[in-house]
Amino acid sequence: MELILTEDQELLAKTAADFVSEHSPVSRVRKLRDTKDPVGFSRALWKHMAELGWLGIPFPESVGGAGMGFAELAVVLEALGRTLAPEPFLSSVLLAGQALRLGGSEAQQREWLAPLVNGDCILTVAYQETHSRYDLHRVATRAEKSGNGWRLSGEKTQVLDGHVADALIVVARTSGGERDLRGLTLFLVPKGAPGLEITRQWRVDSRNAALVKLSGVAVGPSEVIGAVDQAGELFEKVVDRATVGLCAEMLGSMEEAAAITFKYLKTRIQFGVPIGSFQALKHRAARMYIELELSRSTVMAAARAVDEDPPELPKLASLVKARCSDAGVLIANEAVQMHGGVGMTDEYDVGFYLKRARVAEITFGDAAHHRARWARLSGY
Amino acid sequence: MAELETFRRETRDWLTKNAPPDIAGLPANDLEGTWGGRKATFAVPGMKTWLLRMAERGWTAPTWPREYGGGGLSPAEGKVLTQEMAKLRLPPPLIGFGLTMIGPTLLQYGSEEQKREHLGRICRGEIRWCQGYSEPGAGSDLASLQTKAVRDGDDFLITGTKIWTSYADKADWIFALVRTDPTAKKQDGITFLLIDMQTPGVSVRPILLISGKSPFCETHFEDVRVPVRNVVHKINAGWTVAKSLLGHERSMIADAFGGGGGGQRTRMSALASLACEHVGGADGRIADAVLRDRVALEDMDTRAFSFTVQRAKDSAKAGHRPGPESSIFKVYATELNMRRHELMVQALGPAGLGWEGPGFSGSDLETTRDWLRSRGNSIEGGTSEVQLNIIAKRVLGLPD
Repeated sequence: MELILTEDQELLAKTAADFVSEHSPVSRVRKLRDTKDPVGFSRALWKHMAELGWLGIPFPESVGGAGMGFAELAVVLEALGRTLAPEPFLSSVLLAGQALRLGGSEAQQREWLAPLVNGDCILTVAYQETHSRYDLHRVATRAEKSGNGWRLSGEKTQVLDGHVADALIVVARTSGGERDLRGLTLFLVPKGAPGLEITRQWRVDSRNAALVKLSGVAVGPSEVIGAVDQAGELFEKVVDRATVGLCAEMLGSMEEAAAITFKYLKTRIQFGVPIGSFQALKHRAARMYIELELSRSTVMAAARAVDEDPPELPKLASLVKARCSDAGVLIANEAVQMHGGVGMTDEYDVGFYLKRARVAEITFGDAAHHRARWARLSGY
Repeated sequence: MAELETFRRETRDWLTKNAPPDIAGLPANDLEGTWGGRKATFAVPGMKTWLLRMAERGWTAPTWPREYGGGGLSPAEGKVLTQEMAKLRLPPPLIGFGLTMIGPTLLQYGSEEQKREHLGRICRGEIRWCQGYSEPGAGSDLASLQTKAVRDGDDFLITGTKIWTSYADKADWIFALVRTDPTAKKQDGITFLLIDMQTPGVSVRPILLISGKSPFCETHFEDVRVPVRNVVHKINAGWTVAKSLLGHERSMIADAFGGGGGGQRTRMSALASLACEHVGGADGRIADAVLRDRVALEDMDTRAFSFTVQRAKDSAKAGHRPGPESSIFKVYATELNMRRHELMVQALGPAGLGWEGPGFSGSDLETTRDWLRSRGNSIEGGTSEVQLNIIAKRVLGLPD
């Protein structure tokens, strides 16, 4: 594993940076929020990204993918994170896409991955419940046997892009108690299924999320992803991969929040001098930079690890998430503080970075959660 | 690639044949002998043979040019040698400031005559070097140093005091910064000079530290006569050389504390093992959730740092100039090391409170002394505060 960009990856980074500066300024996120846009992102831009081949980066060529890996995907996600692009990578490519790639049958992959890669359909995973916090195995949603299929009942919250998804992959309990690793199963549920009720939610970062109510939704055996009762381990693997992707996006966001702040330190004049000449601020700015660089190395290492799939991948996923969670929040907090009063205004962009940093920190578990997981996986 | 594999095989064969049986598994830092010099001592007899055999092959400085006593290996071959030595658990045959600091500096700035005079003796472990930078009145503000060098024909007469000269009591030569022009702007009147410690007028006094050890000294110069040909680079251009050397020193400190590469994949760190041993619950895991969290943070940050070191090395290997990420090495590596020592003493609890004598184990006493020693890490070689200033200025471009 080499922690350096190849020539092709450099080129991809350049393309992504150009794309972001041309099509995706932060003002776009602001407008989507202010107009309460019903979609919550740009379908045209999503299609454009599909045409560039980005949605297919981590998928094999057999399903229309580019046959590349997370090392490449991380480059694109980092660029998108820089301006907080709200397109549904996390839900569709990282969560649902990885669930299908790792657990889906050939028929399921053919049916869903090709249109996902084309940008024609959006998928998501409904896993979060009101009481589950960071415990992926704490699932109250039940799948009761009915004929040769099941009926799903329960409630999922903050389902990413749930209200625009063409299908949801629902984590449900086919057996066992509420906190058991065993007894979980993944079910593919198309939108519009009888008994499926989806309500849009509004979160602090104004990214798409939805409340999903399942009232006896009927699913057949062909809708099961992976093996019945065995989805616990599979879904943990999916989330580890999605976590690494999310961290690449977080890296981009913290880079930009830091850059905006460093620029402000050079231009804001108080006491007749740029405030960046004060040592109290200089040292804190240097700390932000240190955290950023360590985060960058860790994201690069974890992304390459997803492609090589070593046994310690779960530890590296926790390593990168703990680091990016803490670094992201530190940098966002400092960005607001160093901007002073204007950092508190909605008019300035730093607030958007602060809100996104908080949501990203909590998504898939905060730093303390991942340090506890690292310790457990290390045997202490 | 095939050539490299041939080199690997031949290297392994040579090492297996030539490494004395008593040196395998010896930790490098405990062996005074590996520092070389006129007063060299060897922890086991095999270390002396090991030094001689490796030096003869140029492998005490594997990647230095052969003409100056090095091994002439490419960086890739040098890495193979390090890997094969690690596999056989062989300690480095020689360590010290000759190899890591003054050697690289002479390769970059030294005259041909200086390279021929000094590099070979460094490679063979004949001369041990120390560094004369800081002074009682010039710490973080190093450029304000006052040790004066007055021209007298073909010589300089040196008078002044250097402090924190590591192992000066065991060294043979010192590379020092002296003031040759008291009228110039402070950085512009400094010269980088090589001084034989046996010259009359040089005296050394060890300084006792809070850890109870004396790795540092105060070194006095009183009208010490040094030939002008011992100036490295140009007269009054010593600051340039000093900055370059500080770069070597900081990367050496980072290497020593951070551990290079993305390695360290052992299941549990020494810190975590110690914490399990002393604060273990019935299941063998650390029973104190707060301590466990801190140990995990330390282990994880160490890993993140080793990835950062690897990134810099991979980037250098690919021919890129050192990126800004290297500027964080000194400050972060030392803080990691200090945090680790702090946590080790906390994990020991009352067992970590011993100074000497009965009722304390030797390794626990060592842990406590090491903790005290580690407090200097963020001071020596440029304080963390100075490093942060450098990052803010050179990397982030913040104004003065």
